[in-house]
Amino acid sequence: MRAVTGAGILLRTFLARDLLAVVCWTAGITLLYWSQAISVDGLYASQAEFDKAAASMEQNAAFIAMAGPARALNTTGGQVAWQATAFGAVLVGLMSMFLIGRHTRVEEETGRDELVRSGAIGRHAPMTAALAVTLLANLVVALVTTGALLGYGLPAAGSWAIGLGLFLVGACFTGVALVAAQLTQGARAMYGIVGAVLGASYALRAIGDVTDNGLSWLSPIGCYQAMRPYADERWWPALLLLAVAVVTVCTAYAVFGRRDIGSGVFSARPGQPRASGDLVGWGHAGALGLAWRLHRGSLIGWTLGMFLGGLGYGTVGNDVGDLLGDSEATRDVLAAGAADLVDGFYGAAGLMLVLITGGYAVSAALRARGEEDAGRVEALLSTGLSRTSWFLAHTAITVLGTVVIVIASGIGLGSGYALVTGEWGDVARLGAAPVSAGAGLLVLIGLGVLLVGVLPRWAGLAWLGLGFCVVVMFFGQLLKFPDWLVDLSPFSHLALVPAQSFDLVPYAVVLLIGASLLVAGVVGLRRRDLH
Amino acid sequence: MGNVIDIAELVKRFGATTALDGLDLSVARGEVHGFLGPNGAGKSTTIRVLLGLLRADAGTVSLLGGDPWSEAAQLHRRLAYVPGDVNLWPNLSGGEVIDLLGRLRGGLDEKRRADLLERFELDPTKKGRTYSKGNRQKVALVAALSSDVELLMLDEPTSGLDPIMESVFQACIDEFRADGRSVLLSSHILAEVERLCDRVSIIRAGRVVESGTLADLRHLTRTAVSAQLATDPVGLDTLEGIHGLVVEGSRAEFEVDSARLGDALGRLGEFGILTLTSQPPTLEELFLRHYGDEVDASGAPVEVDR
Repeated sequence: MRAVTGAGILLRTFLARDLLAVVCWTAGITLLYWSQAISVDGLYASQAEFDKAAASMEQNAAFIAMAGPARALNTTGGQVAWQATAFGAVLVGLMSMFLIGRHTRVEEETGRDELVRSGAIGRHAPMTAALAVTLLANLVVALVTTGALLGYGLPAAGSWAIGLGLFLVGACFTGVALVAAQLTQGARAMYGIVGAVLGASYALRAIGDVTDNGLSWLSPIGCYQAMRPYADERWWPALLLLAVAVVTVCTAYAVFGRRDIGSGVFSARPGQPRASGDLVGWGHAGALGLAWRLHRGSLIGWTLGMFLGGLGYGTVGNDVGDLLGDSEATRDVLAAGAADLVDGFYGAAGLMLVLITGGYAVSAALRARGEEDAGRVEALLSTGLSRTSWFLAHTAITVLGTVVIVIASGIGLGSGYALVTGEWGDVARLGAAPVSAGAGLLVLIGLGVLLVGVLPRWAGLAWLGLGFCVVVMFFGQLLKFPDWLVDLSPFSHLALVPAQSFDLVPYAVVLLIGASLLVAGVVGLRRRDLH
Repeated sequence: MGNVIDIAELVKRFGATTALDGLDLSVARGEVHGFLGPNGAGKSTTIRVLLGLLRADAGTVSLLGGDPWSEAAQLHRRLAYVPGDVNLWPNLSGGEVIDLLGRLRGGLDEKRRADLLERFELDPTKKGRTYSKGNRQKVALVAALSSDVELLMLDEPTSGLDPIMESVFQACIDEFRADGRSVLLSSHILAEVERLCDRVSIIRAGRVVESGTLADLRHLTRTAVSAQLATDPVGLDTLEGIHGLVVEGSRAEFEVDSARLGDALGRLGEFGILTLTSQPPTLEELFLRHYGDEVDASGAPVEVDR
């Protein structure tokens, strides 16, 4: 027990620090599940209508790839489980990642950990407290979600399966995050690893669910959905999740026991004694070279990840034709009454890829603020570098990087289809899907840049912009948002190519709005104090 | 020659708090100017205004003859800055950072760069996150000292350096000044300021309360005198400018305003001086005199007015 001396004190401190965050995560995730129940019940006038809609949804490969295997879709519970579990699992995964990260790697990186460890603290106490607080957060999320569903009047067994699965998926990603925290020296790299595992879990289950080849079992999210909440529950997949959680946590403890505090398994290699051309050689400005170096790692990771994501969606698309009948009802469900079902699928997939890319766009747009916060800007701007050049360099890399990622996901999407069908002539046509929807990302980047330039303390609100767009695009119709609210999302105005034909005017207007926000942000930064 | 820094009536507020409250500061060309004050007095805020990072709320600020807010980038090519808390990019090596900052400043002297790396015993291949505090500071110092600039602004530059490195730093500053260039040195290390600075300004609660050469400042303060006399002295307490007089038989101890030192010694001579020690105030005493009440208020056992 000596190894965890002081863990209780740390746990109390962590709880105080995390309270607000956990409340927000809990509210968001609970709302995700609960709002599905409300919206489904409001949607259909009769059970017959419900049955009919469910029958067409069951065969929609695009929805299955996004949400999960279709079970009991003509019940409220079945709809909730179908539409909320995949996103819910990703959300608890992200929550666990951030909680573990902030109490382990971030603390070590900043040196605060050292200060804590100089107290009467056991070697394993900080890690144990971080594990405990994260599991506790997952438990709260799970219990509140289950409570909300029970309170709504959904069957007890299914509601408990939802909650139990949610907790265990969270525990799995907690374990993964804890392992990742032992591997790298920097928190950013740790988040990169966990993000990649999350993305892979989602992609594996998407491909597995559409092709029905068992790949979903390799994904914690797939195992969660295999518990079949509200559709003749199965409890044994919970044991798989539990096993993964236990194994990852034990691995993390074993690795931790063998490493020095402050180091990672992948240790920092020595760097170059001199700056190479790409760091300082881009003309006198130099700012671009540095910004490129700072964004490079995550940009390459995202480009690769989104290319593979596009490829995954692309290979699935051809099954749409096999799965779907030719009925009118099926078509209505697909995006905006697409003439061609396959095209409809790619339109929706393009939007999906773009919204995921929004994660890169927003985090890159806020990078400059992160640099300022870390106190690295002072020395930089005491040189001949002007604040405008510095900020423009970050903004330029953000915009160009986002363009590169969007194009990469489009190439992946088109190539995936071509790989399966051999129709390489369609690569450009299908690959245009994310490029069309991608214009909206400039507005999100503009929002981030504007906040950094004008209201730096509230820069994090840019994430709300992305969250809003995701909610509107996925749930706007179901939740019956008023038109003006839906219209607030730039993505509502962009054509879902190739299902709809490309429309230049809204595309140009959205880009123009994004560009104006960028300009306003840069002007704002020229006027404010830097810290 | 002109001044490289001229600040008059500078005011900077952060919300309800006033960080700088009518600050005046001037640094002449060719001098090393010490900038003294306790934590939170406004030293770093002043430097950030000079760097154009913060916008002045009132007052005039002239840096190298220009406006630090609107001409920041042009002016910065002519100066180098070392922050007190050096934060490096975790995945750039020290050598890369030195080159980057040098390039952004408009180029650095290759020979001096190599020479400084050797003198400061800095390994340029280590990554930012693996440097200790002192080594991070060395990275910033090497970057600053190897560029060809007229003015150095240093914000507690040696707080993480060991004594050997501190003497290397002092030698570098001497060389820098020998070329007729100027330095603004903010510091708590009074021995360092006494050793390096031509003039000092003492800042308190956002205002400069004292400014001048060390000799000037000493003149404004008291000298401690201790004397063994041939006969028991009388009437010393009637002297002007005498403080804390203690007479024990033929032995006298007191402090005297430096301007009155001559009078006091003349009176002592009347009683026949056997031994005499007189101590000019150290910078530390000067400093504490200005902050004495704060120290007293906090209950720390520091007696300023003996």
